[in-house]
Amino acid sequence: MLMEYLPIIVFMIIAGGIALAMVGGSLIAAQQKPYAEKLSAYECGFEPFDDARRRFDVRFYLVAILFIIFDLEVAFLFPWAVSLADIGLFGFLSMLGFLGVLTVGFIYEWCKGALEWE
Amino acid sequence: MALQAIAFYLMAAVTLGSGLAVVSARNPVHSVLFLIAAFFSAAGLFVLLGAEFLAMLLVVVYVGAVAVLFLFVVMMLDVDFAELRGGFQRYLPVGLTVGALLLIELLLVLGGWKLAPEAAVLKLSSTPGNVSNTAAIGRLLYTDYIFLFQAAGLILLVAMIGAIVLTLRDRKTSRHQVIRVQNERAVADTLLMVDAGLGAGIKTLGIYRPLVETPPQGRDPVAATELGERRS
Repeated sequence: MLMEYLPIIVFMIIAGGIALAMVGGSLIAAQQKPYAEKLSAYECGFEPFDDARRRFDVRFYLVAILFIIFDLEVAFLFPWAVSLADIGLFGFLSMLGFLGVLTVGFIYEWCKGALEWE
Repeated sequence: MALQAIAFYLMAAVTLGSGLAVVSARNPVHSVLFLIAAFFSAAGLFVLLGAEFLAMLLVVVYVGAVAVLFLFVVMMLDVDFAELRGGFQRYLPVGLTVGALLLIELLLVLGGWKLAPEAAVLKLSSTPGNVSNTAAIGRLLYTDYIFLFQAAGLILLVAMIGAIVLTLRDRKTSRHQVIRVQNERAVADTLLMVDAGLGAGIKTLGIYRPLVETPPQGRDPVAATELGERRS
C-alpha cells in the first residue's frame, strides 16, 4: 500500500529541491545589499497607517465556523460513499438522518441571514 | 523499508519540532503556521500507519479549516504581548499548580494503561481483510455505531446554532438582498416602450432628460400620464 505513495514522495522531493534551488541560487548568485529603504512602501503604495494585526469583524469567524461544520459533514460522506454497497438500506437511512439534522441547521442559518454579508 | 524508516523519523522530527515551536514562538501567528506544519507531518505519520482516511481528514479538516479558524481567533483576540508577559511572575504559582495536577492525572492514567493481548497483532493490520481503510470505517460507522454518528450530527447542529446565536447581530445599516422582490419585478414596471416616429425627437413624445415628475403642459397627454404612473 505504501508503495503507492512513492510518487508523492518523489514529487515532494522535486518540489522541495526546486524551491531550495531558487532561493539558494538567488542567495548565491545575486548581490546582497540590504538597506531600510528597500523594505519601505513603494512609490505608489501609501504609508501603512495601522498595524495589520488588529481586531477584525467577528463575522469572518462565523463564516469559518460554518465552513468547518459543513466540511466535517462532507468528510463523513466519503466512507459512506465508499461502503454504501455493504451497509445497505440501514446505512443509507442513517446518513439521511445525519444530513437531515444538518439541513435543519442549514435552513436555520439561511433564515437567520447568517450567510449574507451586507 | 529503509525509505519508510527515513520518512517516519523525518516526519516525527518535524511534528515534534513544530509542536515545540507552537508553544515557544513569540508571535501567535507564527505559532499557527507551525501548527499547520505539525498537522501536515502528523498526516504523513497516519499514512505510514496505514490510516489513509484519517490522514486525508487531518489535511482537509484541520489544515483546511481549523487552522484558518485559529488564525481568525488569534487575529481577533487583539493580544498585547508585553502586557501578556507582564503577569508571568504573578500567575506562575497558579500555573504550576494546574500543570502539576494535570501531570499527576496523566501519570495516573498512563500508569493504569494495559494493552489488550491482541492489540499488537491488530496494530500491524490497520486495514482488516482486503478492504481499504476508508471502506473499513464506512462499514462500521453508519450501522454499528449509528448512535455515535447521529450524536455527532446533533453536536454539529448545536455548534452551528451556537455560533450563529453568539456572533450574529442584526445591523440596522445593512441592506439585504430580497430575491423574491427581484424576481417579481416585471418588465412593464421599469421599462416604458415608446413608438418613436421617424425623425421625431424624444421631446415630442413628452420625455425629458433628466426625467421630471410632471412634464410641462401642451405635450402628448397619453405618454405623459403613462410616464407619471410608472415612475410613482
